[in-house]
Amino acid sequence: MSGGKGLLDPAVAERVIARALANGGEFAEVFAERRSGLTLAIDESRIESVQSGAEEGAGVRVLSGGTTYFAHVDGLDPADLERAASEAASALRGDRAKPRPLSAEAVQPQPIERPPGDIPASRKAELLRELDERARSSGAEIAQAMASYGEARREVAVANSEGLLSGDDRTRVRIGAQAVARRGDRVETGAETLGGHRGFELFDDDPAAIAASAADKALTLLDAGPAPTGSMPVVVGGGFGGVLFHEMTGHGLEADHIHKGASVYTGKLGEAVAQPLLTAYDDGCMPGEWGSDAIDDEGAPTQKTRVIEEGRLVSLLYDRQHAERDRVASTGNGRRESFRYLPIPRMTNTYIAPGEAEPEAMIGEIEQGFYAVSFAGGQVDPATGDFVFGVNEGYLIEAGKVTRPCRGATLVGNCLQALSAIDAVGNDFWMKTGICGKGGQKVPVGTGQGHVRIASMTVGGTAA
Amino acid sequence: MSELTELAERAVERALATGAGDAEAYASEAENREVRVHGGEVESLTAATQRGLGLRIWIGGSVGYGFGTDLSPSGIEAIAARAVEAASVADEDEFAGPADAAGEAPALADLSDPSHGQWSPGQIADLALTVERTALEADPRIAAVEQAVYFDSAERVAIAASATAGGEYETTSCYAYLQALAEGDDGRETGLGFGFARGPAGLDPVAIGREGAERASEMIGSSKPASRSCPVVLDQTVAASFVGLLGNAAGADAVQRGRSPLAERLGEEVAAEAFVLHDDGLDPNGFATAPIDAEGTPRRRTALIEAGRLQTFLYDSYTARRGGAASTGNAGRSGYRALPGVSASNLVVAPGTSSLEDLLRQAGDGVYINDVAGLHSGVNPVTGIFSVGASGRAIKEGEKAEPVREFTIASDLVSMLRAVKAAGSESRWVPFGGSVSVPPLLIGEMTVSGS
Repeated sequence: MSGGKGLLDPAVAERVIARALANGGEFAEVFAERRSGLTLAIDESRIESVQSGAEEGAGVRVLSGGTTYFAHVDGLDPADLERAASEAASALRGDRAKPRPLSAEAVQPQPIERPPGDIPASRKAELLRELDERARSSGAEIAQAMASYGEARREVAVANSEGLLSGDDRTRVRIGAQAVARRGDRVETGAETLGGHRGFELFDDDPAAIAASAADKALTLLDAGPAPTGSMPVVVGGGFGGVLFHEMTGHGLEADHIHKGASVYTGKLGEAVAQPLLTAYDDGCMPGEWGSDAIDDEGAPTQKTRVIEEGRLVSLLYDRQHAERDRVASTGNGRRESFRYLPIPRMTNTYIAPGEAEPEAMIGEIEQGFYAVSFAGGQVDPATGDFVFGVNEGYLIEAGKVTRPCRGATLVGNCLQALSAIDAVGNDFWMKTGICGKGGQKVPVGTGQGHVRIASMTVGGTAA
Repeated sequence: MSELTELAERAVERALATGAGDAEAYASEAENREVRVHGGEVESLTAATQRGLGLRIWIGGSVGYGFGTDLSPSGIEAIAARAVEAASVADEDEFAGPADAAGEAPALADLSDPSHGQWSPGQIADLALTVERTALEADPRIAAVEQAVYFDSAERVAIAASATAGGEYETTSCYAYLQALAEGDDGRETGLGFGFARGPAGLDPVAIGREGAERASEMIGSSKPASRSCPVVLDQTVAASFVGLLGNAAGADAVQRGRSPLAERLGEEVAAEAFVLHDDGLDPNGFATAPIDAEGTPRRRTALIEAGRLQTFLYDSYTARRGGAASTGNAGRSGYRALPGVSASNLVVAPGTSSLEDLLRQAGDGVYINDVAGLHSGVNPVTGIFSVGASGRAIKEGEKAEPVREFTIASDLVSMLRAVKAAGSESRWVPFGGSVSVPPLLIGEMTVSGS
């Protein structure tokens, strides 16, 4: 048995699926999950908030005539699963439907060298002390440092009436560092994270560097002046700068938004939405990345999907249900936060592929502009395409040079305009971790890109 | 004694037997239903039960937390073992310890609505369909409803502790909302409508549908406003977002750790007199209302800002001990998976005497804001300085004029509160990011960055 299939005994799964279809339906599925995790934090140089837990349960859904009937329960005993199946079927009024017999898929979960569960908790506390120490020693003006550690393991199994039985075993670790710098009344914060679909081996190579980086950001901001206001060229940094693409394009390509007409990209498949220098992917099988899994939460293998090819929109992101409607195969993007949620189309690792521009040259061509190195977060309305991003670290660009840091800048704009205004993509590239919320569900996602230049964008500053 | 309380007490016993000096268990069980409709059809119907327990234990000054969904005797044993192991990693904290006994919990009106369990799946689906249909019929420019959702929940909570009495309570709640899409010549607009009640009989699906339609269609033809400093009127949903931030800033935890714009401002003038704020854990209409907080301390009503001055911070047992104060019954938690921490209960802004029309008249020339975006990325929680995306209507000659969007508003929390010129007379409960009852607010001056 590979993955988490051991959670579902095939005979029990067949019985549960048959019960789910007792009153009709075209499709039934049981999703079983066991999850466990440990989180701890350091604040005021003290290890605190040590939380350790385990949960297990299952969700059963039945699809009938365009309606999804869903029930979830805590517990994985056969009786719990059957209770969920009966509940899901209870609102249907049709004749019994017949499922296909199950046949198990071979799945190779992402390899984990050193499972965090095997590492003593004291070692994790020690790691946080290293982060704390590194941030505090970064400068006399560092007033506070905080850091957190989280590990989670999700064993999942999924079986459906089409005969699929599959599973996955997912382990993720992530650390975050935050620093507060103070000079008189000025208080600034900086933050940095490191995470992956990995074991403790992720921390082999100087993990405390993220604390130094968070501290440096906070210290830099102490010297920051007000942010400029108005329309200007904007260069967005690599890594977490990719959250801009994630928000302004990625969400709009999730097939559920498209099908409801609630995406500015509706009807644009095959059309040019960006300049030919832009190619972008969603890739759920990148080794070790934060947003990767072996299969999605419907049992479809994850894959690398080209969404924009040389400026043309070439694919949407599909779960099973929306793929069926468009008569295409699922792209392995049916994800759910846990067994307590229905799967919906979600991004995995989404990124703009490296281009040809030298980052220095991209900036060198700008007379007056803004350099957004990293974002505190962002929000987009997929239906209108309006977005807003808080810039965490930003600088003025003057006469082709990056000059003074700015605080409190916000980027506002519209997706279609901003995407088509990307006029340079850098030849550098890296990925960062994020937590993406949609429909009340949070899932881990990777974002990435090199430096990217937008010819014109509205910067909302702190200067009137 | 209910089964849930028995489970909580068993967990406390197991923790003490496993080496804990003190222990507190929080057990909850809930039954939830959700209906999502789209295009006149039911998209999904969800029925769920969930039950879990979280166990906070103290060994000396070290705190550990374990949680789980397996509440069999061996499952509870495992949760206790997790909590004890967690405490072995945590550092000693001289202020750590269980909540102090703090008197009887107040008697509250019934927090459960009988209509809650009585409505069938068919009836709640009809409610959601009515929300959608009303929006579609309200205005010819409404092209679609992205989603209309109904959700209800019946939740029981039991708290048992080695040092205090604990308690148990039950609440029901439900809400419905929709996102309406209006089609204009130059693009789409979205509008949110929502309502909250203890049971489905308390929801008005027609009002919810109309609100979504109105908010979407009034934005058609919007443009960027000119950059300037001007009077601003915040509608209730926007005012609620800022009041929610203020509630976080008033938490003693943020204050004691030097991460709040209100730190060291106790007793100082932090707002105009027109802005009066209470934290009220007992308001019968609030959805955070309960007889006890998340660590068993009775809920109460606390004046936060009166006569323009900051009257107190919000405390749980830990921050009270650390700050030499008494708990204000403000321990909150997001469920059995998380440690309790300080959080506001229901934040209630006192209504004033001006109608919305009066506020607009007083503003004269400015911006009426009915939506903000990026609040979590655009606010510095330590200083309260913010710059957030906004949309709404221009105010011209004291009345709402053309729609405006794609601009930012910038200030800091305290400056904004000091600039409150008047609070409107019509308060509304807003359930996002907390539980807030607030009227529209007129702010004398704010920076607007548009074109």
